[in-house]
Amino acid sequence: MPATQMRLRIDASRCQGHNRCRAIIPQLCGVDDLGQGVVLDQGIVRPEWLAAAELAVRNCPEFALTLEAEPTV
Amino acid sequence: MKPRINGPGRDWATDFDHTDPDYNATAPEIWRSLRDRCPMAHTERFGGMWVPLTHDLIRSVAYDTTHFTSRSVVVSTIPPKGVAPVGSAPPITSDPPFHREARGLLQPVFAPRAVELMEPKVRAICEQLLANLPAGTSPFDASLDYARRIPVAVMAQWLGLPDGDHELILGFVHDLLEIVSEDATVQQPGRDRLDRYLAEQITARRALPSDDLISYLLSATIGGRPLSDSHVAGTIMLLLLAGVDTTWSAIGSALWHFARNPADAERMRRDPDGVPVAVEELLRAYAPVTMARVVKEDCVFEGYSLRAGEWMLLPFPAANRDPAKFPDPDEVKLDRADNRHAAFGLGVHRCLGSHLARLELRIALECFLARVESFTLDADHEVAWSQGQVRGPRRLPLLVSVSEPMRTGKV
Repeated sequence: MPATQMRLRIDASRCQGHNRCRAIIPQLCGVDDLGQGVVLDQGIVRPEWLAAAELAVRNCPEFALTLEAEPTV
Repeated sequence: MKPRINGPGRDWATDFDHTDPDYNATAPEIWRSLRDRCPMAHTERFGGMWVPLTHDLIRSVAYDTTHFTSRSVVVSTIPPKGVAPVGSAPPITSDPPFHREARGLLQPVFAPRAVELMEPKVRAICEQLLANLPAGTSPFDASLDYARRIPVAVMAQWLGLPDGDHELILGFVHDLLEIVSEDATVQQPGRDRLDRYLAEQITARRALPSDDLISYLLSATIGGRPLSDSHVAGTIMLLLLAGVDTTWSAIGSALWHFARNPADAERMRRDPDGVPVAVEELLRAYAPVTMARVVKEDCVFEGYSLRAGEWMLLPFPAANRDPAKFPDPDEVKLDRADNRHAAFGLGVHRCLGSHLARLELRIALECFLARVESFTLDADHEVAWSQGQVRGPRRLPLLVSVSEPMRTGKV
């Protein structure tokens, strides 16, 4: 079994800049100059951030966030 | 249009009327009673209006810019004068793709980083309003003399309008948002007064530009061309109206909640780290803003036959209390962590001022709870609710207890 890591993505076509994710997990979600949400550090979720990342996904009003497991390189 | 029965005799499913003076006081019960038996209410009032009541339906409408235009977002007996895609108050009344251009101009101004710089000013405004509360227990209208005065002071400062104009601006808000079911002859004078005021402000800034938002709009361009005067006036009108009674209502509703639930007030005081989550829950449960769209063409939408020109109301506050999305939706749980609320709308028209509104709400509550040790509803006077699409208390008579005069001077 290859090791996996979790990655958080923001779908820019759905994000409307509510910034709920930034309030919940500022280590991983930021904001650009227009107020749109952006992921930091390519969205790689450290294990200790997983619960907060999942909470951010469940709080996005526009369903713009997804969390996916991927193999580590 | 002939008025029909007001009050308890009304069948809300077939004669929905959000301008009924009793609507905002009882709205959660109305939504609850309709959601199961009639998730899409209707009325012949206002030339025809539909009212979706579930989160799913409200979301579908908000995302659908094919069937619905935003050219007017406030339901009125006066038909919308704005023309798509710009509308009379861009960008809220604009449709894509123009909407994106008009909104893009304002996005950096209302982005979190810019708004966060306002925190000290907002705090100073709130503290000032509470500075003169006498020691002991005294009556205090937390809507009239606190919540009402915060957003207008913030917006006036933001737009570069004189402090002396606060009451005038509050008058415009009333004239354009609270008397929408009156005859055109009653509504028109207020609209004309606002148009004159906006024209004066534009003329003054053109003669003497400043670093305020109005001057910024006058210097802005879309596609290399300056904005028309009507675009600038419409946007100022939007910022004045949208940023005032909305946030006033959110602050007032939250204080109304705390007056009736002192344990929640105490929890806010004791747990500063929990305040952001609590603020989101207050926004969910007491979302003040219902928007509207206009049906573009005759069409069938989600099985309903809509006629061109009919209104489609978007009660985001009802979406926030849909039990299909929020367990125990009518309970306020300040630690509700799963909270995908739609208080600031959904889709491309997400409230541009949401970060400012959230900041004002949080600081207004923090200042009030820090200054006032305990407070209850004043049983001798009635709470009065707003009328129309913005929901919140307009009179909130409290008895407030304060132990000492406010400390003054620098900290």
